[in-house]
Amino acid sequence: MSAPSSLFFLSILPSLHHFSLLLHFFTFPPFCLSIHPFLSVSLPPTDSSDSDLELSTVRHQPEGLDQLQAQTKFTRKELQSLYRGFKNECPSGLVDEETFKSIYSQFFPQGDATTYAHFLFNAFDMDRNGSIRFEDFVIGLSVLLRGSVTEKLNWAFNLYDINKDGYITKEEMLAIMKSIYDMMGRYTYPCVRDEAPSEHVDKFFQKMDRNRDGVVTIEEFIETCQKDENIMNSMQLFENVI
Amino acid sequence: MAAGVATWLPFARAAAVGWLPLAKKTMPKPPVDNSSRSDEILYLNVSGVRFQTWKNTLDRYPDTLLGSSEKEFFFNEDTEEYFFDRDHEMFRHILNFYRTGKLHYPRHECIQAFDEELAFYGIVPEIIGDCCMEEYRDRKKENQERLAEDTEANESMDAPLPPDSTPRERLWRAFENPHTSTMALVFYYVTGFFIAVSVIANVVETVPCRPPEGRVKDLPCGEKYQLAFFCMDTACVLIFTFEYLMRLFAAPSRCKFMRSVMSVIDVVAIMPYYIGLVMPENEDVSGAFVTLRVFRVFRIFKFSRHSQGLRILGYTLKSCASELGFLLFSLTMAIIIFATVMFYAEKGTKGSTFTSIPASFWYTIVTMTTLGYGDMVPNTIAGKIFGSICSLSGVLVIALPVPVIVSNFSRIYHQNQRADKRRAQQKVRLARIRMAKKGTTNAFLQYKEDRGLGGRDSDSTALCVKNRSAFEHQHHHLLHCLEKTTNHEFTDEMTYSELCMTESVGFRTSRSTSLSSQQGAQNNPTGCCPRRARRRAAMRLANSTASVSRGSVQELDTLHIKTTSIPPQTRSSLNAQADNLKLNCGEQDFTAAIISIPTPPANTPDESLPPSPAPIPGILRNTRATAFTHETVKISSL
Repeated sequence: MSAPSSLFFLSILPSLHHFSLLLHFFTFPPFCLSIHPFLSVSLPPTDSSDSDLELSTVRHQPEGLDQLQAQTKFTRKELQSLYRGFKNECPSGLVDEETFKSIYSQFFPQGDATTYAHFLFNAFDMDRNGSIRFEDFVIGLSVLLRGSVTEKLNWAFNLYDINKDGYITKEEMLAIMKSIYDMMGRYTYPCVRDEAPSEHVDKFFQKMDRNRDGVVTIEEFIETCQKDENIMNSMQLFENVI
Repeated sequence: MAAGVATWLPFARAAAVGWLPLAKKTMPKPPVDNSSRSDEILYLNVSGVRFQTWKNTLDRYPDTLLGSSEKEFFFNEDTEEYFFDRDHEMFRHILNFYRTGKLHYPRHECIQAFDEELAFYGIVPEIIGDCCMEEYRDRKKENQERLAEDTEANESMDAPLPPDSTPRERLWRAFENPHTSTMALVFYYVTGFFIAVSVIANVVETVPCRPPEGRVKDLPCGEKYQLAFFCMDTACVLIFTFEYLMRLFAAPSRCKFMRSVMSVIDVVAIMPYYIGLVMPENEDVSGAFVTLRVFRVFRIFKFSRHSQGLRILGYTLKSCASELGFLLFSLTMAIIIFATVMFYAEKGTKGSTFTSIPASFWYTIVTMTTLGYGDMVPNTIAGKIFGSICSLSGVLVIALPVPVIVSNFSRIYHQNQRADKRRAQQKVRLARIRMAKKGTTNAFLQYKEDRGLGGRDSDSTALCVKNRSAFEHQHHHLLHCLEKTTNHEFTDEMTYSELCMTESVGFRTSRSTSLSSQQGAQNNPTGCCPRRARRRAAMRLANSTASVSRGSVQELDTLHIKTTSIPPQTRSSLNAQADNLKLNCGEQDFTAAIISIPTPPANTPDESLPPSPAPIPGILRNTRATAFTHETVKISSL
């Protein structure tokens, strides 16, 4: 009686399992951003049909090694090494903001680094397309590690200037400062008071804002930093990171 | 932190430039990195297969062998590569772990081999990726279960009886493993026979026999031949009672035994008889007594001691308790629902058999299990509709838990088969291991003979020496050093067990042996009574083994039969074949032997030695032992 019926049910079960697997496969979003595959030189992704092709394997190929060498101050070997690391982490060739945030957060386990990572991401993503390509990555690194002091200061200014309008307002600076203090987390000595970021911002503006107009321009910023010995000395700190 | 994140660290550090203009204090100095910055390709040679990888790849996991400086130990300067003498196929997976950050478990590999490789390369198995983790865990658990079964089988069933066990222990063993002794086997079959007889008698006594003269109606045989059946019943109950009492006496833990299922069955099987004896011939009470006789049928469960399959079935049902419970519960629910529905559907019809809801239970059960006796049948249309729904759902509800129970039974059954098979193979394996050990022993004895008789027969000596490998030379030298250190010698199993066997039980000495045995031995110069001296020594050895094993500490307990300076003529007097003593590499003509480290028997009570030849585990026999004492025969237990 029950033997054939049990066999019948048993035979259904595997196919049900497969069917559910298929459903999962279709709904799971790929980790690194995926675009329509294209051939040699990098092109900005603009197609709307891209979203239909989520499942296909997509790559972004960077510019040639020679071009990158011309654009950055890295040696050929350094670029090769950098690309190998980059490609290993993100086989598709692009880093989207979520991935970036998660990676950066891993370096600061005690606090919340997502906000600062957001600002960093925007600083690196020069063409504001929502993803960092290898060129962006390597150009940014080149500035930070091999650039002149002025270039570095420029980069920093660009980081603080959230809306990229050429002025750092108090609100922007406050946002940046808060995000930095967020990275510290709760367990600090002495405890981070709520007023600490705004106090820090005030001090910064006192130092940087020459004409007391409430915003810091790029010229004011660079001028002040160049006069500050501490800042100038510390700019050499990270030169041998790569 | 994930290994891949290590790649991003330089980037995060570079991005720290963004903090510099805001810093309140001066920044600390960065760590000085003296190692070469440029990446290089490393060559890894694993059993001849060359792998190449970037140094950075390996550096991702600094706490493993390949990621740390430990690999420098394997660096081969001549070929400028790291050479590992391991399996290259598994190394592939290990290297992929460095590359991708995920460790995969290759399904076709043996789980133990894989574990060993992981241990060698310093990788924790917990890193195995989710894709392979389940498979890995299952295989590992299976393997561990198998190992546990092995050790369990070793300890419990076929371990030879320790020589010092009490009659009570031996009795218990005989009951639990009837195949160990013939008496037990006989008893086993006798009880089996009586169980069968008892059950058949119970069955037959209800069959109607021809009525005796003067009666019309058929009488059940039980009443016709009342005396005969009573006698048979008495005999069976006597045997069962005797068996139960014996088991109770022999059980190591009586409370636990009395609580076990089998003993409960035993009691229930024999109780009705005794209660029947005790009860008076009262009309009212004998009705209850008749009910008690039903319990006699439980005797058939006593067969489960005799049948492996029955035990497995019982065990399966026990392990499927949850599925069975679910089945029961869902059936009950369905029965109640359908019985109610059918009752109300059939309520109006005249002459309906569905008189109440409990009465409808019977209909529901018969329909759901698709029995369909037909004694209760719905007449209304609604009743028929619901009746058909009832039978369809019955199939469903019953079919669901059944495959689970079946698969459980199959698994347990196969496990049992495997256990039996393994036990049989184990015996063969042990026998082979003993043979191998014997070979080693004999080689050692040969070596000693060579050394002992020195330049007596240099030609043969040279021949023998050549036959042994460098390893054997060194091994024998090592054993010889040990002998010299402890001032005792290795002997062989045969000599030793002879000593055990023929030594009288009454000869008890203290546990500390060497001095007394020496004195004792000296009283009996080996010249006249070599065997007796050796026996005494072996007996003491047995005692000391007992003391050793009880403490489960292997102390160096030594016996010393001193036969100081046996002149060659004594030797020849002892051994008629002394002149034939040739150094023949293939044979041994002396009774020196080696006692390997005895595995301590589990329970060795501190009581009298058994007179029977109890083979001390691990002691090997020399096949050609003759009554020859080679210089000083010393027996040591290690």
